[in-house]
Amino acid sequence: MNIGVIVFPGSNCDHDCEHVFKDVLAQNVTMVWHKEKSLVGLDGVILPGGFSYGDYLRTGAIARFSPVMSAIKEFAKSGGLVMGVCNGFQILLEAGLLPGAMLRNRSLHFVCKDVHVRVENAATPFTGACKPGQVLKIPIAHAEGNYYTDPVMLAGLQANAQIVFRYCTPDGRVTLEANPNGSLDNIAGIRSAEGNVLGMMPHPERSAEELMGNEDGRLIFTSMLESLRNRPLKMVGA
Amino acid sequence: MKAKIHVTLKQGILDPQGKAIEHALDSLGFKNAANVRVGKYMELDVSETDKAKAEAQVKSMCEKLLANTIIEEYRYELV
Repeated sequence: MNIGVIVFPGSNCDHDCEHVFKDVLAQNVTMVWHKEKSLVGLDGVILPGGFSYGDYLRTGAIARFSPVMSAIKEFAKSGGLVMGVCNGFQILLEAGLLPGAMLRNRSLHFVCKDVHVRVENAATPFTGACKPGQVLKIPIAHAEGNYYTDPVMLAGLQANAQIVFRYCTPDGRVTLEANPNGSLDNIAGIRSAEGNVLGMMPHPERSAEELMGNEDGRLIFTSMLESLRNRPLKMVGA
Repeated sequence: MKAKIHVTLKQGILDPQGKAIEHALDSLGFKNAANVRVGKYMELDVSETDKAKAEAQVKSMCEKLLANTIIEEYRYELV
């Protein structure tokens, strides 16, 4: 597979994503500078974590105007797999590819630690290798991961199984104490209504190999690759 | 024409910064300060002499970029 990693000015997890796909999972990776206008030839796209445009105005608010974002919208519209991690998630929200917005963490602190998330929907292209309800340990590192949406949209997300990950205790209980940032309904990751766009605050690329002492995050990437292998023979995003 | 724009979190949305400031004010002895809300203030020049047109532009700027209307509200004045 040829996976595109989008590089915005201020992205800083781009090479971690590249490393996982290239060195751990033996895939081709194309680093895509944000000025690119085409994603032709890519099978899937990752928007990595970081501080695009210095988080000026709001996280992800300026990155959404990068030229590559029009191509990403087209790519997503044609069914291509798009995944945003941390700042990538924030950009997808600002771009309207996923619903909702991020608020400052309830604690006001930048929180950098391992958290546990429960797989709420194991039937997505990004979680097919997980068991329903499986608990994954994946680190977070953000100051603005306090997911918010209005009650109507939240009900919609719940009804359509768009909540993919929720913060939980190590034994899988979704509790207030297990919520590291005040996120609504303990939301750690959501998918689009069509299912081919995923946003998540935890960093699976930081927990995808034995060397790092944790391989849980790798399931996200292997799920993605597996669903790309099984997709109908139709080029997306061309 | 100069636009003076205020962007704040909508009422009812928790403002952790406001809460922290409120606690700090309280510990300084300002016991009568409550409901602190933190926002952004922006100033910009609009090269437009027609006030209605300038207003329409500033409103559009707020809707499209300066505020995220899912969580924020905005108000502005033109001088």
